[in-house]
Amino acid sequence: MAQSLDRRKESPSQTAGPYVHIGLTPNFCGIGGIYENDLGLAMVNERTTGERIELRIRVLDGTGTPLKDALIEIWQADADGLYNSPAEMRGAADPNFQGWGRRPTDMETGLCVFETIKPGRVPFRDGRLMAPHITLWIVARGINLGLHTRLYFSDEEEANAGDPILARIEHSVRVPTLIAERQGNAYVFDVHLQGEKETVFFDS
Amino acid sequence: MSAEPGSNRTPETGAFFQRDRQWHPPAFTPGYKSSVLRSPQKALLSFDNTLSELTGPVFGHAMIGERDNDLIHNFARPGESAIGERIIVHGRVLDERGVGVPGALLEFWQANAGGRYRHKKDGYLAPLDPNFGGCGRAISGEDGSYAFRTVRPGPYPWPNGPNDWRPAHIHFSLFGHGFAQRLITQMYFEGDPLIWRCPIVGGIRDKAAVEALIAALDLQSTIPMDALAYKFDIVLRGRRSTLFENRPEGN
Repeated sequence: MAQSLDRRKESPSQTAGPYVHIGLTPNFCGIGGIYENDLGLAMVNERTTGERIELRIRVLDGTGTPLKDALIEIWQADADGLYNSPAEMRGAADPNFQGWGRRPTDMETGLCVFETIKPGRVPFRDGRLMAPHITLWIVARGINLGLHTRLYFSDEEEANAGDPILARIEHSVRVPTLIAERQGNAYVFDVHLQGEKETVFFDS
Repeated sequence: MSAEPGSNRTPETGAFFQRDRQWHPPAFTPGYKSSVLRSPQKALLSFDNTLSELTGPVFGHAMIGERDNDLIHNFARPGESAIGERIIVHGRVLDERGVGVPGALLEFWQANAGGRYRHKKDGYLAPLDPNFGGCGRAISGEDGSYAFRTVRPGPYPWPNGPNDWRPAHIHFSLFGHGFAQRLITQMYFEGDPLIWRCPIVGGIRDKAAVEALIAALDLQSTIPMDALAYKFDIVLRGRRSTLFENRPEGN
């Protein structure tokens, strides 16, 4: 017998269920007066630095039907590529940008809209710059463990071509599943949970 | 960097331990029908954390209201309180190294004592309690500890199989120090016979993993003539030391 590693196991995940709004966006589902605002609703103010963009995201099930009871969180760097986080050791991020947002998908259309800024580039582990990207975390009824993926930008072709994470995707035909299409100042992004166009999800 | 105001902790920057996906329920658990069309089927892309996963938002104690951790009163009319078995839920947020996780945001939500959610999608015939909203939140202390007061939620039937009932449960959402630690789970109650009959719980393959989600009755922490107590510890991913990881660029 060797010594025990004395480690614990991570608590197993369970689905967020159909009533995730009660806990995470209570004002959105009509439970007012407990919290002043739903967390993560407003990401930018007039002093936030960077190009204003809109993300228009849908999550589609295996039949192509948009989920109307999902919740999406995003996490991103500021316009200079700095995260507003204690673990960010490279400098101070824009104090007017927390970098985190949370939105439920619309109960009628399934559309989820974030008003944010375009993030700067963040270095990979070896110092190379990754292409600008936004981390997505998706939970819903029927999703047993929150899904992690990234949104990249269609007008960053050169940066995308050199991105070390996109380069790891064995079947390059799947890379476009992570690239949001620019339409005006908006980026449109469909997350496919299953099927030919299934989004590349991460284990990181 | 932006340490939490008033905190003098040195932030950790090591990568998180890989997730044991045999321990978590898999995406596809056909006994839970909603998972069938919502489960990715292709292999996940695995990679060691980058800064995008190592970092995460910080939530200060200042955002927490006085009644945020008191579900018995935070939606109730003045002088009134929610109906049901009064309980205290408390425990610690730890990581896989057994270290307390301070400053973790916990958000919780649940049905009322009759098993009914305050949500337009819930049509169960049990009545709403006008004094119960069903949500609360807390930020863990320096040792990772947290506590809140609520009523024990009721079990309820749900459309899955012809006669499936959810065991009494409280949903938990957790932020640790990095976005890769983000976790949503559910807490169950010691002794509930519905736990082992539930298709959502049944997605977890390992009995020990299910038991890690069952809160123990904690008589020592009850308040006599007031509230029973349940103890529920939550474990988030641990992280490596960065001692040998200061690699120069290009290495």
